[in-house]
Amino acid sequence: MAPTLTIAPVPTVKAHKGSVAVVTFKAALPPGYHANSNTPTDAYLIPLTLKWTGGPLQADGITYPKPAQEKYSFSEKPLSVVTGEFSISTKFKVPADAATGASAQNGTLRYQACNDRMCFAPKTVPVMLSLDIE
Amino acid sequence: MNTFNSHLRLAVVVSVAVILGIIACSPARPTGPVVRDDSKRKHAPDFALKDADGKLVHLADYRGKVVLLDFWATWCGPCVIEIPWFQEFQRKYKDRGFEVLGVSMDDDGWKAITPFVQRRKINYRVVLGDDKTGDQYGGLEALPTTFVIDRNGRIAAVHVGLASKKDFSDAIEKLLEDPALPAAGNSIRSDGSDADHRAGTHS
Repeated sequence: MAPTLTIAPVPTVKAHKGSVAVVTFKAALPPGYHANSNTPTDAYLIPLTLKWTGGPLQADGITYPKPAQEKYSFSEKPLSVVTGEFSISTKFKVPADAATGASAQNGTLRYQACNDRMCFAPKTVPVMLSLDIE
Repeated sequence: MNTFNSHLRLAVVVSVAVILGIIACSPARPTGPVVRDDSKRKHAPDFALKDADGKLVHLADYRGKVVLLDFWATWCGPCVIEIPWFQEFQRKYKDRGFEVLGVSMDDDGWKAITPFVQRRKINYRVVLGDDKTGDQYGGLEALPTTFVIDRNGRIAAVHVGLASKKDFSDAIEKLLEDPALPAAGNSIRSDGSDADHRAGTHS
């Protein structure tokens, strides 16, 4: 019953030492469900949050999807949400002294989903990027 | 004249058939309080959870009362809509042997719950839930999940997701009319089975 957020596989990222790499991945929620955006309308709501937890790259800014303002039967005012397919981009700095070759960048995406009648416990899903550092 | 009477009779028969057909084909009315038959009610599993003051609250403490047991969270929009209804029920029915007990499933615990309860001036007891209690009540995949428990500690109605205020009030009214069974065979154990022990009364 709880909706599953799916993350599309990302092709191996070719990153050049000392440069900047912008990586975008797509995620999707099933129809009829929404998740709070990164900037929810109420402090009690749990925001969509991407965290990079390990790997050779240094995250230098995350661009979350533009939220939709949607009204639900349980909300007195529109909520700031994401629905369907959405993208999240991260700008990475590639350290000049990063090791050459294949590696991985790991992170987590936390979200909390609801439909029009009920909400589901917050979930954290892993995000992994394959890197090829040159 | 006979022809006229025949036509009149036919018209009446057709009209009645049409009316009956309309009634039969009408969309179902919203279901009223889904209160289970007495024989189909199972005991609500007991639990021991702490309130904001750190006091242990057992569901068994509420034996003899009708209890609205609301599993909710501060981040759950549909839960928040129902809270003013439950506050109203607490005021309206408390003197007739009714209590609302909120079980918050917030991972952040009292740090999240206390300011919320204060801001909303919640007038019923709230305890902090845990996974074990959630599992006892079927896993609680979605919130709100609300159980209406009869005076004998048995689950009389369950609502998963946002329900209607009337469904709750109808169920409460109905259950308040029922007397509690004699104490023997009427207590609650954590495994949901019958047990013959007395529990304290929550004031």
